[in-house]
Amino acid sequence: MSEAILDIPLDAGNPVEPFLRMDRMPHIWCPACGIGTTVNCFARALESSKLDLNKVAVVSGIGCTGRVAGYANLDSFHTTHGRAIPFATGLKLSNPELQVVVYSGDGDLFAIGGNHFIHAARRNMDIKVICVNNLTYAMTGGQTGPATPSEVISATSPYGVFEPSFNLVQLAEAAGASYVARWTTFHVKQLARSMEEMLHKKGFCFIEVLSPCPTLYQRRNKMGDGLDAMKFYKQVSKVRNGAPTSECSLSKAGEIVVGKFVDRDRPDYLELLTHQMHASLGNRYADPEITTCSEG
Amino acid sequence: MHADPKGVLTGVHFLDGDHACCEGTLAAGARFAAGYPITPSTEVVERFAWRIPTVGGIFIQMEDELAASIALQGAVWGGAKAFTVTSGPGFSLMMEHIGYAAITETPCVFVNVQRGGPSTGLPTLPAQADMMQAKWGSHGDYSIIALCPNSPQECFDLTVTGFNLAEEFRVPVMMMLDECVGHMTEKVVIPESDQIDITPRRFTHESPETFRLFKPREDLVPDMVKAGDGYKFHVTGLTHDERGYPSMNVETQDKLVRRMHDKLKPFSNGRALFEAVDLEDAEVVVVSYGITSRVAQRATQLARAKGIKAGIFRIISAWPFPEQHIKELAGRVKAFVVPELNLGQMVHEVERHTAGRAKVISVPHAGGSVHKPEVILNAILEAAR
Repeated sequence: MSEAILDIPLDAGNPVEPFLRMDRMPHIWCPACGIGTTVNCFARALESSKLDLNKVAVVSGIGCTGRVAGYANLDSFHTTHGRAIPFATGLKLSNPELQVVVYSGDGDLFAIGGNHFIHAARRNMDIKVICVNNLTYAMTGGQTGPATPSEVISATSPYGVFEPSFNLVQLAEAAGASYVARWTTFHVKQLARSMEEMLHKKGFCFIEVLSPCPTLYQRRNKMGDGLDAMKFYKQVSKVRNGAPTSECSLSKAGEIVVGKFVDRDRPDYLELLTHQMHASLGNRYADPEITTCSEG
Repeated sequence: MHADPKGVLTGVHFLDGDHACCEGTLAAGARFAAGYPITPSTEVVERFAWRIPTVGGIFIQMEDELAASIALQGAVWGGAKAFTVTSGPGFSLMMEHIGYAAITETPCVFVNVQRGGPSTGLPTLPAQADMMQAKWGSHGDYSIIALCPNSPQECFDLTVTGFNLAEEFRVPVMMMLDECVGHMTEKVVIPESDQIDITPRRFTHESPETFRLFKPREDLVPDMVKAGDGYKFHVTGLTHDERGYPSMNVETQDKLVRRMHDKLKPFSNGRALFEAVDLEDAEVVVVSYGITSRVAQRATQLARAKGIKAGIFRIISAWPFPEQHIKELAGRVKAFVVPELNLGQMVHEVERHTAGRAKVISVPHAGGSVHKPEVILNAILEAAR
């Protein structure tokens, strides 16, 4: 054991505590669930980003990951199922100095919220989307979702999933995202770095994080516990930065390609809007001043 | 406070109801709208999209009504006054977020220019068949305010009122136009900005340390905040305590749902909006709203010409239902006649508050047109018998 570890006083708090609502602990997530790991990475990314935390807002949808908003010590919004992105869109446009982060799950963002995802990416809305992909609807008991791979057993696919799943990173790139990356909860350093990079990137950014659900997904599919999930991620993950997203599909037991796949510069929605209005209206265009509905 | 002159198109105009409604949103201080095209309501946001870049604000056309109805709430929590506009099929999709606005007490305005239904129904023709949906369409117990203009002038005036009520009570306000009112063109007078009263958002003066997001004031309405001001607040559609934290128990549910209901009690106690015509001696009162009230006006004139003491109670704030006034009238009139462009919706409220003390005659119409005055007249004659 190193000296540095022995130097930590016994009453030292966890370094991510300031980023959490400690009065809401313990959280509701199961033992070995990966969502908490991603939140830890997010807290570290916020810290290293040096952003003014009064100007960071988190918006979540519904589901296990939807609960992140409730634990983040930031302005936070736990919205309706699938609608975190359009809520974030309104929040960002009315108050552009905010850094708006959408934090939600695969079912929320890509089934019921799929349409909103592709349109926000198309517009290059300046929001940052973190998708915790546990490959299932966990909050409701482990049903098949749009990211559940073939042959997986789920509560609603007792004989195995047969419908094809989305390749989320390919979808994000095709729809127009400025930044696309994928990691697993085994890759905590890389994930935190990627999150920090995304927080400084303009435009629609997307990080997919593969995250274990031992209680439902792994139990039903005889994939072991949380530790087994880490071993699995370590064994099958392959870092391929810049890999074509079309080659990054997921399967039940096959390779998981991780890394940063897309990092490109496109004008974001507000830049496009401002440019168009100036071009059409010249001096008549009035810059939006929409957060002034109070008296005085 | 008074309206910001930037948004006020002072003058005498010839406008349809949809356009007048848009001018009302601008005068009221709305600087954000999210919409999705749907007949017969689109003109409201078309005009907003045309006007807002020179006023200072944003219009965004979203991918569907689900998105529009939640984007506007994001904008409100960012600090804007915001609204969306739709008609029946879109209104059905927006129910999810009317519930969200209710439980998160997000002040905002939903404009519904009603057309014939169910489903796609009659896209270009009028109905008033979403009146119960406005009150009960989203799941769970909640209370909202709904206003029913009957002219382009009122589309302007009441839209300003609607935004003010949304801020005062922190509820979603439904502007329940109908296709006729939305598309009829009449004179609309827009006053000087200093003649237009605006209810500013009541932002908290508490510090972030002591502030509790859903701690109500004496009027049962909590103070607002906006994102980015250091409060680090949490908003959720789950049942929540005064801190805004989810709390899944009977006591929190009871306290929250009752307060959200009770905060609108002033509407049962003098705040209801209505128009009364010839009620002093009335024996038969026609209760109507929106375009139907204008047909009812003709019918009561015809009835008076026949020597029948007919009067008009025009509902302007349909929700909360003006029960105080119906109860009072029920004690002294012979009958109510209730024409509506539906098969009988608000008439049930009239019956409920009349409680058998006067006759209540429904005059239904499935929509697609308005009543003929004679149809309402016949009901008045029957009621007077």
